[in-house]
Amino acid sequence: MSRKAMTGNGAIALALKQAEPDVMSAYPITPQTEIAQNYAQFVADGAVKTEYIAVESEHSAMSAAIGSAAAGARTITATSSQGFALMWEMLFIAASLRLPITMPVITRALSGPINIHCDHSDSMGGRDCGWVQLYGEDAQEGYDNAIQAFRIAEHMDVRLPVMTMIDGFIISGAIGPLEVLQDDQVKQFVGPYEPIHPLLDIDNPVTVGAFDSLGGWYFEHKVTQNMAMDKAMSVIESVGREYGQLTGREYSHFKTHMIEDADIVLVAIGSAAGNVKTMVDRLRAGGVKVGMMKVRTFRPFPHLQVAGALAGARVIGVMDRSDSFGAQGGPLFTEIRSAMFEAPRRPQTFNFIYGLGGRDIFPDDIEGAVRLLEKAAAGEEISQKRYYLNVREVSLDGQA
Amino acid sequence: MSKKWKFSDIVKWGPGRHEPGATIPESGTAEQYETGGWRTERPIRDREKCNDCMICFFACPDSSIRVENGRLVDIDLKHCKGCGICAQVCPRDAIEMKNEIEARMEEGKKEEEKV
Repeated sequence: MSRKAMTGNGAIALALKQAEPDVMSAYPITPQTEIAQNYAQFVADGAVKTEYIAVESEHSAMSAAIGSAAAGARTITATSSQGFALMWEMLFIAASLRLPITMPVITRALSGPINIHCDHSDSMGGRDCGWVQLYGEDAQEGYDNAIQAFRIAEHMDVRLPVMTMIDGFIISGAIGPLEVLQDDQVKQFVGPYEPIHPLLDIDNPVTVGAFDSLGGWYFEHKVTQNMAMDKAMSVIESVGREYGQLTGREYSHFKTHMIEDADIVLVAIGSAAGNVKTMVDRLRAGGVKVGMMKVRTFRPFPHLQVAGALAGARVIGVMDRSDSFGAQGGPLFTEIRSAMFEAPRRPQTFNFIYGLGGRDIFPDDIEGAVRLLEKAAAGEEISQKRYYLNVREVSLDGQA
Repeated sequence: MSKKWKFSDIVKWGPGRHEPGATIPESGTAEQYETGGWRTERPIRDREKCNDCMICFFACPDSSIRVENGRLVDIDLKHCKGCGICAQVCPRDAIEMKNEIEARMEEGKKEEEKV
């Protein structure tokens, strides 16, 4: 293992290079561009044997990936934002054909207004497309998740595509420390790829993507797809444990910090988890019984484990980097709130939406959220559940 | 994973009891799906005008132009959806699209005449 300084994108491109899949089909889009560019360079330099398909759009990138995976090749792509949105219909097809494609998503806001900076509107919008979703906090987690994604996707009980997220610019473009495995360690961990019913097995021809309508088996296939998602839950854990034995960095569905005796728990996903952790430590020093949970697995959502871990909390503040228009709150909020519904002692839940379009989140914003949660923990009746952090001209008090 | 697959096995399918991804471990199964019933217009080929140029054979999206020994034998009405592309591309106007119901009624008349 060696230590390097790399951007989040550089780290992910390196992970993909070390895994050396058969095919990459990708279209460059800010802030993912560096991954497509770096990987194309690896191919041009002969550093990998991967076939790089330069496509004309993300719809084509995912279509080519589907064709390639159905042919029997280990296949990857990568995207962001509008590119993710353009892949939309093909994302569902990749999942329903049970093709273990892996895809780093460098999260970025969706237009409009036009914005290229970080939030989770893209990946969270795709939370029901049937892909396993893993969120990373930093470049290291982006690197580690990109490697583990192959094992999770290709596991015979799962056979679902996996997307791994890091935050656009904040992580993708910032240079940070990275523990890097040796190429052969990654190759050994990822292992050989065994396709199911590959189209290129010409001795055993198959039909992929057949019509399956009224009177057919569409419904049964969808149920089977969700059964695979259920199975992914334990596979993600076992792969995370094995990765821990190799690297010393063990992964599960989420991480907690200072949660054991906490009255107040903040739940975060993505890069803001680091800021939240810093603030938890600072507020703890000031005597506030606050803890935090950083969510890694969003699909399948580990609702039972989450409910178990948060059982002691009186008040939960969920931080969402995307909004869900017309819903009770952001995507993470509705999952957490739903997970806690059956809890023996149901906590109060509040939603703090932050960082849309790359808006910064400051220590004061997080502290403000915790102060509001303290009031709820002290028994004050607060009917307003959804708040926006660091929105101009509207203070947190003004929203209540 | 099972190598061979029988069409009749489909009745035993259910959640978790079929190939992942709804893949059919057999090829060419579209032949077993008879789409001729979708047709509202039927292609009628005039043997006199047709010189077996095969343009319709290449143009037919349903592989319904049947060819044997370089000759256009007939049109596979079990699968022809009646799109009319063959009639459009025919350089000798040897294929006419006829209303399917009228075509069936005429067929019925011919059957009666035979009896």
